[in-house]
This record gives sequence, C-alpha cells and structure tokens, in this order.
Amino acid sequence: MDKIKVIIDNREVLVDRGTTILKAAQQIGIDIPTLCHFEVENLKIHNKPGGCRICVVEVVGRRNLAPACVTECMPDMVVRTNSIRVINARRTVLELILSDHPADCLQCAKSGNCELQDLAVRFGIRENPFIGEEHEQSTYQLEVSPSIRRDMNKCIMCRRCETMCNEMQTVGALSAIERGFPAVVSTAFNQHLELSPCTFCGQCVAVCPVGALTEVDHTSKIIRAIADPTKKTVVQVAPAVRVALGEEFGMEPGSIVTGKLTAALKALGFDYVFDTDWSADLTIMEEGTELIGRLTKYLAGDKSVPLPILTSCCPAWVNFFEHQFPDMRDLPSTAKSPQQMFGAIAKSYFAEKIGCKREDMVSVSVMPCLAKKYECSRDEFKVNGNPDVDYSISTRELARLIKMANIDFTALPEAEFDSPLGESTGAAVIFGTTGGVIEAAVRTAYEVITKKPLPKIDFEELRGLEGVRSATIDVDGLKLNIGIAHGLGNARKLLEDIKAGKCQFHAIEIMACPGGCIDGAGQPLHHGNSDIIQARWEAIYRADKEMPIRKSHENPSIQAIYKEYLGEPCGHKSHELLHTHYFDRQTIVEVDVDKK
Amino acid sequence: MKPEIREKIIEICNNFNNNPGELINILHGVQDFMGYLPAEAQELIAECLHIPTAKVYGVVSFYSFFTMMPKGKHPISVCLGTACYVRGAEKILDEFKRILKINPGETTPDGKFSLTSLRCIGACGLAPVAMIGDKVYGRLSPDKIQGIIDEYKD
Repeated sequence: MDKIKVIIDNREVLVDRGTTILKAAQQIGIDIPTLCHFEVENLKIHNKPGGCRICVVEVVGRRNLAPACVTECMPDMVVRTNSIRVINARRTVLELILSDHPADCLQCAKSGNCELQDLAVRFGIRENPFIGEEHEQSTYQLEVSPSIRRDMNKCIMCRRCETMCNEMQTVGALSAIERGFPAVVSTAFNQHLELSPCTFCGQCVAVCPVGALTEVDHTSKIIRAIADPTKKTVVQVAPAVRVALGEEFGMEPGSIVTGKLTAALKALGFDYVFDTDWSADLTIMEEGTELIGRLTKYLAGDKSVPLPILTSCCPAWVNFFEHQFPDMRDLPSTAKSPQQMFGAIAKSYFAEKIGCKREDMVSVSVMPCLAKKYECSRDEFKVNGNPDVDYSISTRELARLIKMANIDFTALPEAEFDSPLGESTGAAVIFGTTGGVIEAAVRTAYEVITKKPLPKIDFEELRGLEGVRSATIDVDGLKLNIGIAHGLGNARKLLEDIKAGKCQFHAIEIMACPGGCIDGAGQPLHHGNSDIIQARWEAIYRADKEMPIRKSHENPSIQAIYKEYLGEPCGHKSHELLHTHYFDRQTIVEVDVDKK
Repeated sequence: MKPEIREKIIEICNNFNNNPGELINILHGVQDFMGYLPAEAQELIAECLHIPTAKVYGVVSFYSFFTMMPKGKHPISVCLGTACYVRGAEKILDEFKRILKINPGETTPDGKFSLTSLRCIGACGLAPVAMIGDKVYGRLSPDKIQGIIDEYKD
C-alpha cells in the first residue's frame, strides 16, 4: 500500500492511506485524548461514533476543527493537536459533558479508573461555567440486576456499550433512547435488564468509560461471611483470574500469580481455598464423556443424536441460546459450568467430608466474569433455596478486597491450593481462553477413544484469537470436526450455519466474551489495550505448560472422587449433581412485555 | 393484541419490504392506524424487521411525534403557534391542564380526553384556537374552556 506523508505538530509521519489522524499521531507518540472512541485491535472491536469531540485537532486549510478519531489523513496534511484553539475547544467539550454528569466521584465505583475523571484531571477542571438542565435531579433510577448495576445518570452517550451489545455480541438489549439531556443508552421501554434479551456477558461494563455501567459489588458480603464464626467459607478461583489479577497491583500484564492469589485468599481468611481448575477437569470428564457418547451413537448409525455438541461452560452463552435459539437447546452439553460443578460438589461431597451443613457453608467464586453472578442466582442451582455458589465476585472485586485488607500482594510468598478440590491440570487452566475448553476435551477424548497416549499434547490448530475458527483433528483415523467461536456475534454465525445445515461440526466451543474469559467483563479494565489481551492469552498457555499433569483424566483428585463418590462420568450421581437443563427464555420475554 | 391489529402491522411492514431503513415510515403507518405505538406493536415491528426492540424504542422515544400513550376518545390539540401564542394560548393550555389534570402528551385515566399542543393550524384569524377531534374552537379565553369540555361529557 502506498504511504502518504502528513505533518503533525511539526513532525513528519508516513502512514498508510486510510489511517486516521489519531492513529498517525499515536505512531509518533502523540497522545490525543479520546473518550467515545474505543478500539481493541486484536479482537476487532471498534466504536467510532465520532460523537464526543474531545479529540478535535486543527487541520491547516480546514475551517472547522476535525475529530481526529474519524478523520483520515490526506497527503501533505498539516495538523496541530495542541494549539490554543484546540485546547479551548477540548476544555469546552469536557465542561459540557461534565455539566450533565453527577460529580459524586468520591463514592463512584469507577473512581480512579474512570476515563472522564482522567480527562478532568488532565485538563485541570476546577469549576464549570455550565450547568446542565438535569444536573441537580436524577432522571433515571439506579437499576441493580444480579450482575450489572446501571446508573444511567452517569451515561455520557459514548455508545461503546451499544456497539458491544449490538455489533459485537448481536444481543440487541441496548440502544440509545430519548433525546437531549435525558438521552442515554438503555433497554427497550427502559425496562429492567432481566426483562430484556441481556445475557449478562457484561461486555458493556468492560468498555464503559464512566460509572454508568459497573458490576454488582459483593465485597462487603464476603467480609461479613468470613467474619461470621458460624460459617465455613469455601472459595474457588477461575483460571483466567490468575493471569490478570497482578495487573491490579501494578504487575506486568501476563504475570501468572497463582501462588500469590492463593496466599492472598488465605490471608483474607477463607477457610478453604480451592481451584475452579479442579472442577474444569471434572467438566471435561462429564462433557468429554457426553461427546464420546453422542459421537459413538452417531457413528453407529443413529442420526437422531443431537450434534454438534456445544460447550456449556460459559453462562452468558447459555443465556444467549436460551433467549435467541431456544429451539436448539438440545445441542449444548448438559454439563454444568465449572463454577456450578464446584459449588455442587463443595456443598455435597466436601460438606459431608468436613461435617458441615450446607446452610453453614458460604461458597464463593472468584471469576473473570459478570454472568457468573447471574448464573449462581439461578433457581436450578439451589437446594431448598440455598445456592450452590452463594456469591460470585469478579477479579476486580477480589483486588478491592485485597487492598482493603492491606495485604501487600506483590510481596506475598506463594502458597498452594488446599486439598482435595485444589489439584488441577494444564487442561483446566486453558479454559481461560477461546479454544481452551475444546482443546482440553480433545486431549481427554483422544486418549479415551483410542486408548493410546497422545502423540502431542499441544493442539496449536485450535488456538488463536480469530473470531471463528475450525480444525479437523485426527483421532486415530476418526476425523473430528471442531468449531470455535468467541464473541456472541460469532456464535450467532455458527448457530445460523448449523440451522441451515451448512456445517459438519461434531463439537463446537463457544465463549461469549471476545478472547474468552481472559477478556471477561470481571477482569481488570484494559481500556482498549490489545497488548494486555495478548499477554494474558500467552500467559494461559504458559501456565498450561508449567503444569506437571496436562490432561484432565489424569488428575488424581478427579480419579479419586469418581472412585469414592460419583461412580462414573455421566452416571447417576453425576447427573444429579453435575448436569443441568435449559429453558426457553424467548417466551418469557414476550409474556413480560405483553403484560406492560 | 387482537389478531386483526397484528395482521395490519405485519402488512404495513410488508408494504415497506420489512426494510429496517424504512423504520420511521413504518412507525408513522402503525401510529396512523393505532393512534399510538404500544410496546407490543414495537415488539412486533422489531420482529418483522429483524432488529432489536431496543432500537425501535430508541427511535420512538427520540421523536416527539411518536407516542406510546393511547389517544383519548376526544383528542385535544391546543395551538401554540406564534399568533395564538401572543394572544394567550399558554393560558388556554394551562386551563385544559388544570381541568383535565393531565399534561400535554397524556390521556385522562377514563380515556376520554388526551392533550397535545401543536404549532399553527392555519386559523390565525381566530387565535387563540384549539381543536377537539376535527372541530376547531376559536377566539378562546380561559373562562370558556370548562363549557367546551362539558359539551363532551356524554
């Protein structure tokens, strides 16, 4: 592609045709402020409404100021990013946005991590000449769903959430509504999220620059549970948490902090510190067996077998197909997610083992995810109203707890998970990124089907950050067609292909968040930095390589629980504890709307 | 929703080839026919056009012409155009508001009257004017409003 020359702040830069002024400036280290603009390159996330105008620059020969995020460079263009005209315009834009924004930063959940606050600091805003029409009164009620907290008075209409919900995830729960001061991004009829097609994937929260969309915070409930002498607290930690938590304490992205994380949970006072990786191995036993079962029947000539089998670990994905493809709900594996398998085992097998009543046990999960909060509140995961997992907290909430308890995270000596629900394999840790669940399943399925050891543990063909991927795995002559999608928009493409009979997959892995759990909505905010995603992704596979055992069925603790308690995978006891069923939520939505 | 209303909405969407780009025209069509745009109608339009209901609601809530409130049996429109305005139209509107206990854009709980304001009906010589249904009332003053409303107390 031919390069063009532009001059930005008296410096020459050569860029490809079509490059925006913003990108060209970044190439030479000039950081033009942005607010509505949001981009994660390696995950193909783009929000460029050019609406906030904070990025305006002066282009010589052009009468008005140009928004740098959507204006393309032209040959020999001369740009000034810091003239007095530009700075004054940016200040005014910022003052106007702030004139309609609550100034309750001290109590805001986003404080310290808010892009609007950062800009106010950067521009040294000390007073505001403008007062918005609705500044003093709140127009919208605070809404708290099981996962997401929506404070729409803080919405600045950057529409990043709308882009994630509609373009990336194709969920369609959110849209810009109203006009003028009351304009915000909300649901149809401004109704509660639970009555919308929302999957609680939380990608809206992950990109919200301000405090309008945040997670429901359970930190104080956790502190209370730990302090209660009548309760036994059991905590599990998901794979993707260990490759991201360090960022909250200034560590390099991609640092693997499993040992420190375990030590921190013990220092916080949890009675038992266990690993969701353990139940990820258990998931592979159940889901893998289900796959082999369906496949064997199919190969024996039974064409009524529901294939392809779809993974069911991701709760936002489960919500998605229940809402959007309820007629296909016989396809996903009935295996519960690792979080819920863990909860079920903790409050049965483990509770019995330590002689604790389930009501006296508080089961907590630390997840990179916000949909997990919704998942653990589902009625089918409760026994007599008592949930298998009482609270699910995000990676960010755990970081808050650690800071609150004045634990010096980076200086912590490493600790080990407790036994028996703490032992795990490399196959479990890769659940944390797209392609990982199916790779773990293939590692086990191969050895179970062929009864031969895997020639090569690493299935590179299943890895990567492409939105939709496919590979054919040779299982000793049996050609296993695997599909992988991450991001619900990509999942939709695959599902529509299946519906149209256009694909011949045997098994498909789906994760709702782009990149999988490493970019889950509960993770430290990356503010669009794709290097952070890349670093977490690499760390997941490094963590896998570091594990002495890398196949789920070789986990001695998993083998023991089948011998001691569960019997066999997909057996009677397993079905009772580790499998679930799905609902048609399409009708539920319609009925509720009709009632209005 | 009655099946005939459902069918009519589907027909309107079909007339525009279920094209999402024609959403505003479709909403006009449905509002002309129903008098307002209830949630169920928006849901159905979204379904026909294969777009999220939130998007339809986004457009309905953006334009003040679209309403989710059913119109009363006797829709009242008070002109706030320049000629009427300078001759005291605001006081006329206030009197309607006071008597009916509703704001513009609302309908009385018994469904009898709804109140809106508009800009100029071309009867400036009679300013200030208001319309109830198709009937125009001119040279209004606040003390005449109660009497006019009473005409419709059937």
